[in-house]
Amino acid sequence: MSILEIIIFTLVKIVFILIVMLLTVSYLVYFERRVSAWVQNRLGPNRVGWEGILQPFADVFKLLLKEDIVPVKANQFIHTLAPVIALFVAFATYAVIPIASPLKIFGYEIPLVVADINIGVLYVLALTSVGVYAITLAGWSSGSKYSLFGGIRSSAQMISYEISMGFSVAGVILFAESLRPLAIVNAQGSWMWNAWMQPIGFITFVVSAFAETNRLPFDLPEAEPELVGGYHTEYSSMKFAAFFLAEYANIIIAAGMIVTLYLGGYNVPFFNIESLGLANWLTVLIQIGSFFVKMGALLFFFLWIRWTLPRFRYDQLMSIGWKVMFPLSLINLIWVAVLIMIFNL
Amino acid sequence: MGVRKREKDLNFWEKIYIPEIVKGLSLTLKNMIRPKFTMKYPEEKFIPPASYRGRPVLVMEKNGVERCVACGLCSRVCPALAIEVQASETEREKERYPEKFEINMLRCIFCGFCEEVCPEEAIVMSKDYELAFTNREDAIYGKDKLLVPVSQLQDRIEFLRQYK
Repeated sequence: MSILEIIIFTLVKIVFILIVMLLTVSYLVYFERRVSAWVQNRLGPNRVGWEGILQPFADVFKLLLKEDIVPVKANQFIHTLAPVIALFVAFATYAVIPIASPLKIFGYEIPLVVADINIGVLYVLALTSVGVYAITLAGWSSGSKYSLFGGIRSSAQMISYEISMGFSVAGVILFAESLRPLAIVNAQGSWMWNAWMQPIGFITFVVSAFAETNRLPFDLPEAEPELVGGYHTEYSSMKFAAFFLAEYANIIIAAGMIVTLYLGGYNVPFFNIESLGLANWLTVLIQIGSFFVKMGALLFFFLWIRWTLPRFRYDQLMSIGWKVMFPLSLINLIWVAVLIMIFNL
Repeated sequence: MGVRKREKDLNFWEKIYIPEIVKGLSLTLKNMIRPKFTMKYPEEKFIPPASYRGRPVLVMEKNGVERCVACGLCSRVCPALAIEVQASETEREKERYPEKFEINMLRCIFCGFCEEVCPEEAIVMSKDYELAFTNREDAIYGKDKLLVPVSQLQDRIEFLRQYK
């Protein structure tokens, strides 16, 4: 493949992923509202379009038409920069998550991942750490004490949970012997999912993912009762929408990472699709379907958890992060090492 | 302040959270699939029972004449002073009739005293609860709006006969 072809294919993939991400994010917000309503025996938004299906667009138009207010005490530049960082990180992370095995078309073999880099997992961990800056800077530059509390809480929380997250991922990497997401998916195959092989690591990773994305049992940075709106108290209009989008995009990335690292990625559960000898495009289509079904189930799980569990107290959050999650992820690492030693995997 | 002991210590399974979380999740799932009680209002309307006190209306007999004899008791008993009646005479067997019968719906408090006091069963509370007006003049309902055929008010009249 020439450079030009690579650039074209990459651009097409980027546009595809961006469109899918934006649509998924807006409909995730819609489903968040519907699921929360169902849990509370309400109906939720059902007026705009059939069963409220156009609600996300109505929301976006409303936010676009709102006045953009920057507080007098805010640092103008950083105040504007923070939502940009949040959005950039949220959308850039998705580049390394594979959605199917390579597609053979017109004599080319195209890997269905925007950037098939050999340190994909590290890239995700690094970028999500940069995401902390967005929240912390937003809180700090707003010139409001509640925003600052939100920002500080978020940085402390994310740093603590990143450790257990990193150690859980180490177990996955030990199995796959690679940091490439594609290699990790292939190592799991159709049934040897990391979720079965290292359940403790799976649980610690999922819990850390909840903490990293500021989802409800751990949404201390935006605890409404204490902090008004948390780090985005002083944001309005499209800047607020940017944080909102970034938050939900992060959930999608977390779900994508959980699927890739622990739930066998795009592989069809308990069934080797390649053994059927179907045409390549059909196999790829089925794999994309399987990936999105797994993602959808996980996203629903995220919403479901949010409307079930109450928020942790801040000291409980920290003590769980350091005294429970961190040791558990270490135990998982030892468990994986023992498995590898005994079975020579 | 010392550390207060819990009334009930958590056991091992409660301490590791996960079974309890699963319990909570199953509860919310159960509620998620439960049928909802909300009515989708403009499409789906609430049909009140006979005991419902909606807007007061005048009963119109089958021949198109109101039952009201303009005695003025309803106007007298109305605590909100919402009703205005002006009597007049006709050639018919029932010689008194209200020339003017107005209820100010901004004043009406839907207490149903007018219905209770009426000796002729001529004013009853209907099931109509959709009362919206855009100005004060529209809120004064005259005879044109108040007269309702007796066939539509049958179950309220039966209810009154049974329980009044």
